[in-house]
Amino acid sequence: MSMFLETLIGGLLAGTMYSLVAIGFVLIYKASGVFNYAQGSILLFGALTFVSLTGQGVPAPVAIAITIALLVLMAIAIEKLLLRPLTNRSPMTLFMATLGLSYLIEAVAQGIMGSQVRALDLGIDDLPIFVGDIMISQFDLIAAGVALALGIGLSLLFNRTRIGIQLRGVADDTRAALSLGIDINRIWQIVWAVAGVVGLVAGLLWGARQGVQFSLSLVVLKALPVLIIGGFTSIAGAIVGGLVVGAGESLAETYLGPFLGGGITPWFAYALALVFLFIRPAGLFGERQIERV
Amino acid sequence: MTTPARPALQVKNVSLSFKGVKAISDLSFQVEAREICALIGPNGAGKSSLLNILNGVYVPDAGDIIFEGEHFRRMEPLEAARRGIGRGFQNNALFSGMSVIDNVITGLSRHSRLTLVEEMFRLPRARNEERRFRERAHEVLRLFGLDRHAATIVGTLPYGVQKKVELARAVVAEPRLVLLDEPLAGMNAAEKQEIATVIGRLNRDLGLTIVLIEHDIGIVLELAHHVVVLDYGRKLADGPPETIRDNPDVIAAYLGSERTEIAA
Repeated sequence: MSMFLETLIGGLLAGTMYSLVAIGFVLIYKASGVFNYAQGSILLFGALTFVSLTGQGVPAPVAIAITIALLVLMAIAIEKLLLRPLTNRSPMTLFMATLGLSYLIEAVAQGIMGSQVRALDLGIDDLPIFVGDIMISQFDLIAAGVALALGIGLSLLFNRTRIGIQLRGVADDTRAALSLGIDINRIWQIVWAVAGVVGLVAGLLWGARQGVQFSLSLVVLKALPVLIIGGFTSIAGAIVGGLVVGAGESLAETYLGPFLGGGITPWFAYALALVFLFIRPAGLFGERQIERV
Repeated sequence: MTTPARPALQVKNVSLSFKGVKAISDLSFQVEAREICALIGPNGAGKSSLLNILNGVYVPDAGDIIFEGEHFRRMEPLEAARRGIGRGFQNNALFSGMSVIDNVITGLSRHSRLTLVEEMFRLPRARNEERRFRERAHEVLRLFGLDRHAATIVGTLPYGVQKKVELARAVVAEPRLVLLDEPLAGMNAAEKQEIATVIGRLNRDLGLTIVLIEHDIGIVLELAHHVVVLDYGRKLADGPPETIRDNPDVIAAYLGSERTEIAA
């Protein structure tokens, strides 16, 4: 039993790391209907900037502030140079644009800051903590706490402030939002900036785990099954989806692994997502599309 | 401040086409301040397209829009909202997942004077503005008899009530001109009469200038001060309801056999 619990808890905690990546996608998808392929590059850019700055001897809090400022500037530039000229184009056009954007960001980031693997030390020791006879990773616990705090902060922003109300308005009906005097360009800038900051947090935690390098941008591929399971339009869905994927991977590896010869983790999330596509295509928390005829 | 003689809105020689198909051809008319102007005409006559030009969704191929004395080749949607052009949509366009009060508060966006930082951290000025907006929204809800629904999620309300919420959202910011696209569509006779009464009162009591599209000729003739009849993107007739009712072109093109019923 304690082995089951340990596997489950370890998986859930690891899952929050997936949630963090997925939240960045949900924010942008909700507000502008764009599947932002560049989210992974933005994540890499954030982590890389932070590591480069601290490598130059800049104190961590200052490095964070500078990185956030750069992410905000990037969000404004993306809105002005990419989204605004492409307003009212098809979702596929916008997706292709973010695909191009992701290569641009990666190339510029690595061109300036180099492509070698950098270690990122957040000063969190990955010591095991024992609760009864269950072992929990301290790093995972802190990462989960950060993900939770971020989730709560974002839901307060969306439900308690007028920016949030306006943002939900834009997400719900852009045409009506415009007619009421909601500045959707400004809303897009805010959302991309917030998604950038969420990406930075995810990038720092993932970077501390596996080093900061090009492959960090590939964590977007892990977010995809999370989004399919949780739904593309719900932050709660992204969190639950991440937990489901994390716990599922961990349990499958431990209990199914021996029968299938191991190596389940790389594909399990996708198989699970496929099952969801069959039985619940909108995801757990997604809005079901109802076509009016 | 405003001279009473100046019309609220002038449409001058406006044309619009979609991929070569003319939707509106060389259309001119004007709307006086504080009047209800009804646009009528068969489906595809260009009525909705015209509203979309007026609040900046479509860009006309030619012509001018003069709103409160200022010339525009085209309106930007945001600019239109900021200058006080409110809009109601066909089939309504409420934010269905939000409460009634939140929907109405979004209608006040054009009056917001906050910076991003103030909003994000809810600084005193932000809380102040929020409180004023909330009070104002409640006032309007009372005017519409909607106050008991304030906290209800809009999507769960009956369609007739939702239409009233949309009207409330369109007028909460005290617009200079309100564009309503078939505000009575999809309602039963009693609901239609109720909404028509509300629109009449908004015009009379608050002095709102209203341009509306409506198919129910009985209600149009009763409510409007001024009727513009469109057919295939052209203006067929323009004048007070009485002259429209008796205009032979209009009868032929649009009113048809309904005439006897209206005249009676």
